[in-house]
Amino acid sequence: MPELLAVRNLVKHFPVRRGFLGRRAAVVHAVDDVSFSLGENETLGLVGESGCGKTTTGFSILRLIEPTSGEVWFQGENILALAPERMRHLRRHMQIVFQDPFGSLNPRLTVERVIEEPLLNHEDLSGAERRARVEEALVMVGLSPEHMTRFPHEFSGGQRQRVCVARALVLRPRLVIGDEPVSALDVSVRAQVLNLMVKLQRRLNLSYLFISHDLAVIRYVSHRVGVMYLGQIVELAGAKALYAKPLHPYTWALLSAVPLPDPRRARKRIILEGDVPSPMNPPAGCRFHPRCTEVMPICREQAPLTRVVENNHLVRCHLYNDAEVWNSDLPAPLTRAGSNSTKGGNA
Amino acid sequence: MTLLQINNLQTFFRTPQGVAKAVDGVSLQVDEGEVLGIVGESGCGKSVLALSILRLLAMPPAFFGGGEIRFQGKDLLTSSPEEIRGIRGNCISMIFQEPMSALNPVFTVGNQIMEVFRVHRSMGRADALENAVEMLNKVGVPAPERRIREYPYQLSGGMRQRVMIAMALACRPALLLADEPTTALDVSIQAQILELMAALKAELNTAILLITHDLGVVAEVTRRVAVMYTGRIMEEAPTIDLFDTPLHPYTRGLLTSIPRADASFEIDSLTEIKGVVPSVAALPPGCHFEPRCPEAIDICRARAPALEEARPGHRVACWRAAHA
Repeated sequence: MPELLAVRNLVKHFPVRRGFLGRRAAVVHAVDDVSFSLGENETLGLVGESGCGKTTTGFSILRLIEPTSGEVWFQGENILALAPERMRHLRRHMQIVFQDPFGSLNPRLTVERVIEEPLLNHEDLSGAERRARVEEALVMVGLSPEHMTRFPHEFSGGQRQRVCVARALVLRPRLVIGDEPVSALDVSVRAQVLNLMVKLQRRLNLSYLFISHDLAVIRYVSHRVGVMYLGQIVELAGAKALYAKPLHPYTWALLSAVPLPDPRRARKRIILEGDVPSPMNPPAGCRFHPRCTEVMPICREQAPLTRVVENNHLVRCHLYNDAEVWNSDLPAPLTRAGSNSTKGGNA
Repeated sequence: MTLLQINNLQTFFRTPQGVAKAVDGVSLQVDEGEVLGIVGESGCGKSVLALSILRLLAMPPAFFGGGEIRFQGKDLLTSSPEEIRGIRGNCISMIFQEPMSALNPVFTVGNQIMEVFRVHRSMGRADALENAVEMLNKVGVPAPERRIREYPYQLSGGMRQRVMIAMALACRPALLLADEPTTALDVSIQAQILELMAALKAELNTAILLITHDLGVVAEVTRRVAVMYTGRIMEEAPTIDLFDTPLHPYTRGLLTSIPRADASFEIDSLTEIKGVVPSVAALPPGCHFEPRCPEAIDICRARAPALEEARPGHRVACWRAAHA
């Protein structure tokens, strides 16, 4: 499977300025050495709790915020080195869907204006051609052309998120970043939007970077999953392997903490003590060690390296120091969960 | 022993578009020490139900169209404001979804917990302080003597929710109304808070009315559950029965439309519930779920079904399920 996107050693530090002269008082390590790649027609899920850096990672890839260092290769170009004009041109291939469909649609624009705006910016079309493209995008997401003249407030949350998806897809992009795209939606509507995204991926050959805090949603849409904690990917593997046989103690705890809709199942739960430490002052050694159930002396002193354990299962934990160190300069392993190349049903 | 008995409660709102029936004829019962879950999507009336119990709704625009809420035999709807004030935070207390907006930002957390003791137990400052520290300790806030002098903004989300729980349980209430208590929290913190609530429930024998949209949380902590949709209860059953044999098409739809994180559960495709929740201003005349229901028949369009017992302890409001 060809590689569409490769992120290498991405770092984003936010300086915290204090006082009248804006002295640099501290640094928030939002993203610290994140590397992964994304294949064509693949979905990579990034999952983690608030403040783990998953959204900053997504924004950095689009250069909606400028990363501190690292490389982002998209279709063979390091986009962090591109001039603004070239970057603007490339953006048409990379789109984003945000969490809040209320905040991300301009309330004063009709749906037609919302969806045609990317076309005005990136394509030279006649009015009739543009209209046809907007109609096509609306139909694709399960709305109808008659919705074009309506305003966002006339729609429910799920319909608004469909409008956001239509806006992202109208330029026929290669990569769509979904930043918690279904988290604001109710259960019954969430399934509609998830199924729609899975269906469109297959039809349009899209690659998704799907960012969410919801382990169940991530499992449903993703071929591979990366688990983030305090600015780092601590485990990355095919979705099947990650959920069936998680390796990192943080992933164990996360999975055991999700309440399951099954009242007959009494589970042993790993309760993590305390809160996520501040990314302004991440713990020395392994960042997870103060909350880890398996902590060893080495964890307090040395930060673990990312290692490859069987079948391209990456993990950043001293428990696996026998395994080979993963070299992020090499092309990242691209394997899909199991052999099935599609996610979700509804073919 | 029955602690709370709600009979045919109707909580309505006057709006420019007409009367919105947020809670439309709900009957429920909570026994002493029981955990009852209320599950439903946004706008189903589950929060308004809880606010009705404590009479916390602004009136107008809200008004009660009828019904009664009997708590320990006394009807809360006809109680005087003074009587209600004596019950609120004392015999019945409530925790909210967003602990940041539920705590007062300009008072220390100690002050806010102490207020409960001073108002309901007429304690002096020193006694109230001592009790507040003890409560914080009980809800697992580390270094309570120091934390008690801090303001809400200095605490993390999980710690704030612990403070809310400390305030709510300070007077050992008989009933706790918990409105989405873990929805704003991360999974690992949610697990801590659910654990804490279970432990305190066991210790204080507090009954809990747990309002949530999360079927996972319902499955883990409740013994009995009611499913609400557009102001009405669609189905009510012991939790195990509801998950084993859901009778209402809406409940079945909810259960098959959620993705799951457990590896042993394989799913190819999520079932969707078609359409959207109707607006309370434009409800269908018959069963409210009928326009989205895959099994609707003629009578569903004409008349709303009553909530009837279909199997022992298992009530459902559906023409087809109740007489199947």
